[in-house]
Amino acid sequence: MAPRIAAASIRAAGARLELAGDWSLNSLGQDIGGIRRTLAQASASTEWDLGAIVRLDSFGAILIWRAWGERWPAKVSLQQQHRRIIERAATIPADALPRTAPFGPRAAVVALGDALLGFVDHALHFIALLGQLFLDCIHLLRNPRQFPLAEVSAGVYKVGVKAMPVAAMVGFLIGVVLSYLSSLQLKTFGADIFIINILGLGIIRELGPVLVSVLVAGRSGSAMTAQLGVMRVTEEIDALAAMGVSRSQRLVLPKVFALMLAMPLLVLWTSAVALLGGAVSAWVELGLAPSFFLETLPRVVPIANLYIGLLKGAVFGLLIALVACHFGLRVQPNTESLSASTTASVVSAITIVILADAAFAIATRTVGVVA
Amino acid sequence: MSASVIELQGVRTRFRDQLIHDGVDLVVPAGEIVALVGGSGSGKTTLMRHIIGLTRPEAGSIRLFGEALHAGQLAERMARRRRFGVLFQHGALFSAFNVGENIAFPLREQGVASEEEIAALVRLKLSMVEMEPTHAALMPAELSGGMVKRAALARALALEPELLLLDEPTAGLDPDRSAAFIELIRTLHRQLHLTVILITHDLDTLAALASRVAILADKRIVSHDTLERTLALDHPFVQRFFHGQRRRAVMSADGEG
Repeated sequence: MAPRIAAASIRAAGARLELAGDWSLNSLGQDIGGIRRTLAQASASTEWDLGAIVRLDSFGAILIWRAWGERWPAKVSLQQQHRRIIERAATIPADALPRTAPFGPRAAVVALGDALLGFVDHALHFIALLGQLFLDCIHLLRNPRQFPLAEVSAGVYKVGVKAMPVAAMVGFLIGVVLSYLSSLQLKTFGADIFIINILGLGIIRELGPVLVSVLVAGRSGSAMTAQLGVMRVTEEIDALAAMGVSRSQRLVLPKVFALMLAMPLLVLWTSAVALLGGAVSAWVELGLAPSFFLETLPRVVPIANLYIGLLKGAVFGLLIALVACHFGLRVQPNTESLSASTTASVVSAITIVILADAAFAIATRTVGVVA
Repeated sequence: MSASVIELQGVRTRFRDQLIHDGVDLVVPAGEIVALVGGSGSGKTTLMRHIIGLTRPEAGSIRLFGEALHAGQLAERMARRRRFGVLFQHGALFSAFNVGENIAFPLREQGVASEEEIAALVRLKLSMVEMEPTHAALMPAELSGGMVKRAALARALALEPELLLLDEPTAGLDPDRSAAFIELIRTLHRQLHLTVILITHDLDTLAALASRVAILADKRIVSHDTLERTLALDHPFVQRFFHGQRRRAVMSADGEG
């Protein structure tokens, strides 16, 4: 059993410094301040006695070598093995490690340029992905038997069916809150009946699709990015390509199709539950019977709004899936990149969905609105 | 320095219903290079994970540097872990750090050395594993297989451990690189007075490095001896492992080493 070595110690005896014990990183850590102070007192005429050192590592050797002013002192006694360790520390290559340049005005301009070029690069890659998807669709129209039906079906189950409970809960609560707040205002004007217009138009046309998009981007978009990212890191995507399987056809296309199919269905489901919540709240707050709510809804909200809502769902699904795949395929093989890409995927997907929603609002401003 | 660095006694491991180790005994004296050899799935890596305290065996005792591995307060257990370095099979470099930061990481965690001293130590470790200071700025993803092993070895040596554990140090390297890496480990062993445990399937590595060979078969260590005496052993695994087609290659390498 190895006996415990005494901790590093240093003792000044006149012009003589006596070093003893375990001069390794672990042991020196106990009183590094005191040892540094004593070492700093040494001068050129100091006599060094290192004979009692039991263990010496590179850190201890560097500490001593620097205390000597990086040259051998005139009077020193030490063991042969420790001399070799200090000699090794003395031969540390002088050329410094490559340093990252400090942040200055020039670095700021470079960073700005990088960001701009990076954005252009992202846009080009995104367009290329969209184009590839288009080509894949044409290919599948010619060879319908290659359609990845199993993957699409699994995707619809994963992003659609499994999202139903959480979508219903969020939708119901939003419906209740929206209905309650609106009815408080409407009551003061005696315009209770308009709660149906507000809820119908707001939820079916706007809130339903956007709400579902945010949910799906956070829930499924991030999962898709992470999955593709890890597949890239573990070279699974390269393995697919080496087998002659198109990655866009087998990985991207099923996700896009699954989301384009599942999103309108989720929008329908969430809007319905949100309207139910709104109807319940209106019943409690304003005394509007649910049967009356149901009867009036189709009269005040033209059916075109439902079509717009469903179309939005499909388009938002396409965008979310494309953004998720785009970022997933660009993950670099390190942990930092994976987390950054997943974050970027969710944030970009939500931003793009809202931009698309604004575009929709302008394009369909004359459709389905009763003047 | 005759004290034993590792003492395993009656180690037993079970994965669900499968018994992996049943009564593994192994004593490794200081300064030895012990090669741990065994068939695929014989539990070599599992045994190494026991030794470094990542997993605990179902039964048996593990002593490192004469102390029970899991004894003492958290601080003592952590201090014990800083006395050995591990080279994982795939390097396990932190992918978000560059090479220099990877090597500096354990030094920084200690909080003893100043930034300038850490930079000097990083340079020293890089030169020990025969890498250039400019390599410090590379990210792990930019390194070749051999460079990953070197950088990971430099990180394992950062705290100047007394015990070095190597899991398949030459797997995935071409014979030339592999020979250079073996030479490197041998040089470091001599310079730093290390005790080395290495897991390997490669007979060249084994013949060139190991001062002793421990054979893990039948769920326990069936032999722990010098290579010559291991070769003379009459055990089915030893016969298959050493006396297959590759026998001549080993024997000639043994002659040189």
